[in-house]
Amino acid sequence: MRVLRMAAAAVAILAVVGGAEAKDWSKVRIGTEGAYPPFNSLTADGQLIGFDVDIAKALCEEMKVECEFVTSDWDGIIPGLQAGKFDAIIASMSITEERKQKVDFTNKYYNTPPAIAVPKDSKIAGTSDADLKGIALGAQSSTTHSNYAEEKLPSADLKLYPTPDEYKLDIANGRIDAVVDDVVVLSDWLATDDGACCKILGTLTPDLVINGEGAGIAIRKEDGELKDMMNEALAAILANGKYKEINDKYFTFDVYGG
Amino acid sequence: MIAPNPRTGLKPPPLAKRPWTATKITGHVLMAFWAISGVYLLTYLLGNLEKPILELALPFLSGEWEVYASDRIATHKFDSFLGRYGDKYISGFLVTLKIVGLSLLFGAALSIPIAAARSSKWKILSRPAYAYVYFFRGTPLLAQTFLIYYGFGSFRPELQSIGLWWFFRDAFYCIIFAFSLNTSAYQAEILRGAVQNISRGQWEGAQALGLSKPVTFFKIILPQALMVALRPYGNEIILMIKGSAIAAIITIYDLMGETRRAYSRTYDFQAYIWAAVIYLMIVETLRRVWDRIEARLTRHLIR
Repeated sequence: MRVLRMAAAAVAILAVVGGAEAKDWSKVRIGTEGAYPPFNSLTADGQLIGFDVDIAKALCEEMKVECEFVTSDWDGIIPGLQAGKFDAIIASMSITEERKQKVDFTNKYYNTPPAIAVPKDSKIAGTSDADLKGIALGAQSSTTHSNYAEEKLPSADLKLYPTPDEYKLDIANGRIDAVVDDVVVLSDWLATDDGACCKILGTLTPDLVINGEGAGIAIRKEDGELKDMMNEALAAILANGKYKEINDKYFTFDVYGG
Repeated sequence: MIAPNPRTGLKPPPLAKRPWTATKITGHVLMAFWAISGVYLLTYLLGNLEKPILELALPFLSGEWEVYASDRIATHKFDSFLGRYGDKYISGFLVTLKIVGLSLLFGAALSIPIAAARSSKWKILSRPAYAYVYFFRGTPLLAQTFLIYYGFGSFRPELQSIGLWWFFRDAFYCIIFAFSLNTSAYQAEILRGAVQNISRGQWEGAQALGLSKPVTFFKIILPQALMVALRPYGNEIILMIKGSAIAAIITIYDLMGETRRAYSRTYDFQAYIWAAVIYLMIVETLRRVWDRIEARLTRHLIR
């Protein structure tokens, strides 16, 4: 009988957990990475800051919901969303076809092109595949930038890093000859002391299939309601000047893009 | 009806009653659940192999079977996971073998002087050897790898001036270096333990027969020590194989690196299942080889 009772208890627990799925969105958990300045990063005392974080806070305020931030490794961020560890990803995630097969996206909330950075004394002439032949090119894994390098720059020797912090170390010490990432992320890093080693070689022409139409908010496919709420809130902060206020806090140009 | 034994005429005792208790029913239900899950998983994974199997079978088929198979190959969209990433897995597997093989080899070579120093009666030798083993067994392999890869990376000018930068620049050399140091500490302890396990009487007996120390060591002590050391060595190799997955995070495309890359493009969990299957196959092969070696080494003990 003990086994039966245990089974009954298990069923009851499952029912309770399942019942909690009946969703009211008074509280939304936002997943982000926390290693992608200036969009999202952690301060020394563990506070999340950045453009993504401020946009998320503005959206939550607009939707009148309570938001809680959860940080996740970039590699595991989509599985984390699917497993219900958080309800939305606001982490500069580009809206691509590959990802759309797994999750839904809101409209874009910014769009900036990728770029390549090299050491200041680099002899690399340009950003074409022929120019980059045989050089060690670093990128963060599971990103549109690493996919771009794999597809469009096959002659380069691609090295994948878990976060941008590691490729920054390796280009500074000369293990790799170039890195590819978002132009804003690279510029922000080059402006710091750590980025003194390097310069922007040039921006790349984004490929619509690989790079997508900009960064959006990823939502589980079954949560259409939350997606609509986010889209409305996004339109609202774009209209009422809140977006511009956040934009100007971080950038001297418009990141929303055309 | 159970027939009586023809020789004695006695009937066997009646079978014990095995009623369908709640526990038994639950057990069967749970077992059925796992069996169904297992079958589902297998068919899901083997779906990847349909095309290669059909292509292999095609020359041996005739009549409507041939039509069916060639139709299916021609019309069905075989965009299977293995079809796209199978080659990557094989190259990753080879890189993993290379990393583990080289590290174990260098580690074994290093472990001999370390073990000798560790069991030396001179403290000037045994203390540093002890510290070395203490450090490498007491800290995570991941931390050691990062220390070597990123730590040495920040001393580029110094390393360049002594002409060692080419070595530490390459992630592959770094990982071999880190893994060799790590495994040499473990192997030194295995070796030392096994040699010290042989009783002093063996040394004394050999001395009484007038054998020199090297001859005693290689012909009498070492063969016996290897019997003791064999299983721990096998464990260490298995730990190394699994530990080698760390190489993936310092940009090496080993089995785990390729797995992560495939997963990041597909978000398909079978990426990790295939990796687990390949790691299991390596370990299982090693286990079988080890059984053979043990049977060979202990053949004089079998009665």
